[in-house]
Amino acid sequence: MRLLSTLAALVCAAAPALAQDLAVYAEHVLPVSGPPIQDGVVLVRGGKIVAVGPALSVPVPEGVRTLRAAVVTPGLVDAHSVVGLAGYLNQDQDQDQFDPGAEIQPELRAIDAYNARERLIEWVRGFGVTTIHTGHGPQSLISGQTLVAKTRGATVDEAVIVPRAMIAATLGADSRREGGGKSPGTAGKQLAMLREAFLGAQEYQRKLEAAGDDATKRPARDLRQEALVALLRRELPLMVTAQRHQDIVSALRLAKEFDLRLVLDGGAEAYLVLDELKAAGVPVIAHPPMARYSGELENASRTTPAKLRDAGIPFAFQSGFEDYVPKTRVILYEAAVAAAHDLGPEAALRAITLDAAKLLGLDARLGSLEVGKDGDLALYDGDPFEYTSHCVGTVIEGEVVFEGAR
Amino acid sequence: MFLSLSLCLLSVAPQEAPLRAFVGARVLPIAAAPIDDGVVLVRDGVIVEVGARADVAVPAGAEVIDCGGKVVMPGLVDTHSHVGGGWGADSSAPIQPDVRMFDAVDCRNAGFQRAQAGGITTLNVMSGSGHLMSGQTIYLENNDAETIEEMCYRFPDGSPMGGMKMANGTNSQRSAPFPGTRGKSAALVREQFVAAQEYRKKLAAAGDDPEKRPARDLAMEGLLEVLDGKRIVHHHTHRHDDIVTVLRLAKEFGFRVVLHHVSEAYKVIDEIVAADVPCSLIVIDTPGGKLEAMDFDARSAGDLERAGAARLVAFHTDDWITDSRLFLRSAALAVRAGCSRETALAGLTLNPARMLDLQDRIGSLERGKDANLIVLSGDPLSVYTVVEETWVRGERVFDLDDERDRLWAEGGRGAGMPRAGACCCLGGEEDPR
Repeated sequence: MRLLSTLAALVCAAAPALAQDLAVYAEHVLPVSGPPIQDGVVLVRGGKIVAVGPALSVPVPEGVRTLRAAVVTPGLVDAHSVVGLAGYLNQDQDQDQFDPGAEIQPELRAIDAYNARERLIEWVRGFGVTTIHTGHGPQSLISGQTLVAKTRGATVDEAVIVPRAMIAATLGADSRREGGGKSPGTAGKQLAMLREAFLGAQEYQRKLEAAGDDATKRPARDLRQEALVALLRRELPLMVTAQRHQDIVSALRLAKEFDLRLVLDGGAEAYLVLDELKAAGVPVIAHPPMARYSGELENASRTTPAKLRDAGIPFAFQSGFEDYVPKTRVILYEAAVAAAHDLGPEAALRAITLDAAKLLGLDARLGSLEVGKDGDLALYDGDPFEYTSHCVGTVIEGEVVFEGAR
Repeated sequence: MFLSLSLCLLSVAPQEAPLRAFVGARVLPIAAAPIDDGVVLVRDGVIVEVGARADVAVPAGAEVIDCGGKVVMPGLVDTHSHVGGGWGADSSAPIQPDVRMFDAVDCRNAGFQRAQAGGITTLNVMSGSGHLMSGQTIYLENNDAETIEEMCYRFPDGSPMGGMKMANGTNSQRSAPFPGTRGKSAALVREQFVAAQEYRKKLAAAGDDPEKRPARDLAMEGLLEVLDGKRIVHHHTHRHDDIVTVLRLAKEFGFRVVLHHVSEAYKVIDEIVAADVPCSLIVIDTPGGKLEAMDFDARSAGDLERAGAARLVAFHTDDWITDSRLFLRSAALAVRAGCSRETALAGLTLNPARMLDLQDRIGSLERGKDANLIVLSGDPLSVYTVVEETWVRGERVFDLDDERDRLWAEGGRGAGMPRAGACCCLGGEEDPR
C-alpha cells in the first residue's frame, strides 16, 4: 500500500494529474472538526484527504490540479432524501419511493430502485451535496429500505456506499388510510399493526436461532421477516417519520418494547418532547425548516434545530420527501434558514456534514476535512449559507463532479 | 392586531392624527436612491416626507421611532398568493369568470399573519389552480381588519378591486368539460371572449334603454371588465409555447395581462419584451415536481433586466408553494441567478404594485403614498436578516418583539390558529388558545 502511494507520487511528479489528485485553496477552509483555517489548502490524493492546513505550511506537489474558492467545506451529507427513487418529473414512471401494495414492506430494497442518473441527484450535487441517505419514502407504515450513496456514478453499484442503511417507517397522517375499510385508519391501529409485525418477526427469529446451524430445521426463507429480524438484532436502525408529539412518543414506546435502534425523522413537534427524546438517546433527522407549515406541520417551528442542539440531542438535516414542487429540497438552503433562527452558521454547517455523517454511522469516513477521510469537498464563493452566494465546485473522492456557479 | 386596537381606542377618545417619524435607518425608497441615516415622516397613514436626516426636520411632538442600524423599505407586494383558505371556481366548468375570491377568503386566517411576518402588506389573493379561468382575484391590504370588506382595495366605482385568474398548459387539462389539449384550451377561452364581445354589442345597441338590454350575466360582466381593461388578467403559464399563446390571445382580444410563474420566460424573452407584458416570477428551489416546471430556471429576472425590461420583473410567493415569510428570499435567489439587487427589490415592491394598478398608492416610499413599510434588521437580501416590524398605513401590524407575532414568524404550538378579534380583548386575555 505504501509502495503504491509512493509510486503514485512519483507518477504525479513526472506526469501530473492523476484524476484524483487535487489541491483546493480557499480563503476560509472550514474543516468542521476543528477551527477555520485562513488562506488554507486541502490536498487530496488517491481519493483521500492527505493534508489540511495553512497554504504556506502544506507542500503541494507540482502539477497537481488546483482549484480556488472563497470557502471550502466538507462535502455536504443529506441525512434523509428520496432522490434517485423519486424523480424530478413527478410522473408515475419516475416515482419509485412508494409501493401501495402493502402497508408493511421492509423487504423492498433501495438498491433495486435507485436511479443513479436521476436529474435531482445532479441538481443537489451542484450545491455541494456529496452524500445522500435516500430510499423509500414516508408514505406507508413500513415502506422499505434506504441506502447511502455518493452523488455520482452511472449505476447504483458505482454510487452506493451502504446498500442497506435503515428501514423507513411512518406514523401519522401520511401512512393512515381513509375509508374503504382499509387499515391503518387510526393511530391505535398503526401501532397494533407494527407490533404484530415485530411479534411475528420475533417468532421467526426464535425459530432461526433454535435451528442454529442445522439448515433442515430452519424456517423457510422470508424476505420480510429477514428484514425485520435485522432490526430486532439492531443491525440497522428503524427510521420513523413522525411529526406530532404523540406519534413521536409512540415511536419511542415501540422502540423500547422491541429494543430497536430508533432514528426519529421529521419531528415537527419534537420541541414538546425533548426530555423524552434525550432520555431515549434517539437522534433526530429534523424536517426541512422551509417545509410547509400545514397539516401535521401546523405547529412546526424554525427554532426546533436550535432547541435540539440546546438539549444535547444529536440531529441532522434532510431534504425530505415532497410530492409536488419543489420535488426535492436542498439541505444547504434548509440549514441556512435554521442558521438564521438561533442555530448559527457553525452548528448549521456541522449538522449537514459531521453530525449527519455520525447519524449515519459514517463519521470515520465522511463529514469533516481531516487526513484519511474521503476527499469530498464543497466550494463556495462566499458564506455558503447566504442567499446570494454560489456553490462553485463539488468534489467527490478527489474527482471534480461539479464546476460552475449554482 | 394593533391597527384594529387603535381604531377601537380612537372611537372612544378621538384625537389629532399623530405624526410618526422613522429615524436613522438606511432607507430604500425604491423609486429613488438609498438614503443612509434617513427619515420617513408619516401622518394619517400617509407618507409626508422621505429624506436624509440632514434634510428633513422632525417636527417637535412627533413620535420618533428609532431605526438606527436598521433598513426601512416599502411593504412588500405579493402579486400571487393563496393565503386565506379560500377557493374560487369549483370543478363544474373550466371557465368561471363570475366567481369572486372576495366571497371566499377568511380574513382571520393565520396566513395573513405569516405574510405580515414576511413583510407583505399587499396581496393579490387568487383562486386555486386547475381552470382556464378560475375567477376574480382580490387585492387586499394586509391590515388586520375584521372583515374582507375592510381589507380590499377598491376600484374608482367602489367595487372590490381585483384581476382575473387564468391558466393554460397542463394546469387546466383534465377530463371534460375541461380541455384535454392545448388547442382545446385556447379554443374554449376564445369562444368565451367572443361571446363577451357579442354581449357588449348588445349592451351598446341597447344604449340607455333598459328594456332592450340583455339579461344580466355575471360571467359576461366579469369578462367585459377584462375586455375593458378594468380587470387585469393574472395568467398562470410556465412553458415557452404556453407563454406565447397567452401573448397571442391578449393581442387578439386586447386584454391586459400579467404572466405568472413563467418558468421558461428565459426562452422567450424577446417576445415578452416586444409585447411589453409584465412577468410575476415564481422562484422555486428545484426544477420539476410537475411537467410544466421541468425547465424552471431562476435566471429569467436577470434576463429580462438585461433585455432592458427591468420594470417588467416581479416575484410572488404563490403561498403555499413558497412561504410568505420568505418572500425576500425569492428576490435574493434571483440575484443569485444573475439579477441586480435594484431590480430584485423593485420586483418585490414598485413593479408588482404596477401589476395591480396600485402604483399610485403603494410600492415605494414617496410623499403621498400609503405608509406601508417594513423595518429590517439588515440587508434585505441576506439570510440572516429578519423582518422586525411591518407597518400598514402608519400602523404597526407586526412586531417581532410581540410574543404572539413572533409565534407567527417562527412557528410553534398554536402558530396555525386563526387570528382572534382585537376589540373583544381589551383589558382581558389577548389571545386565549
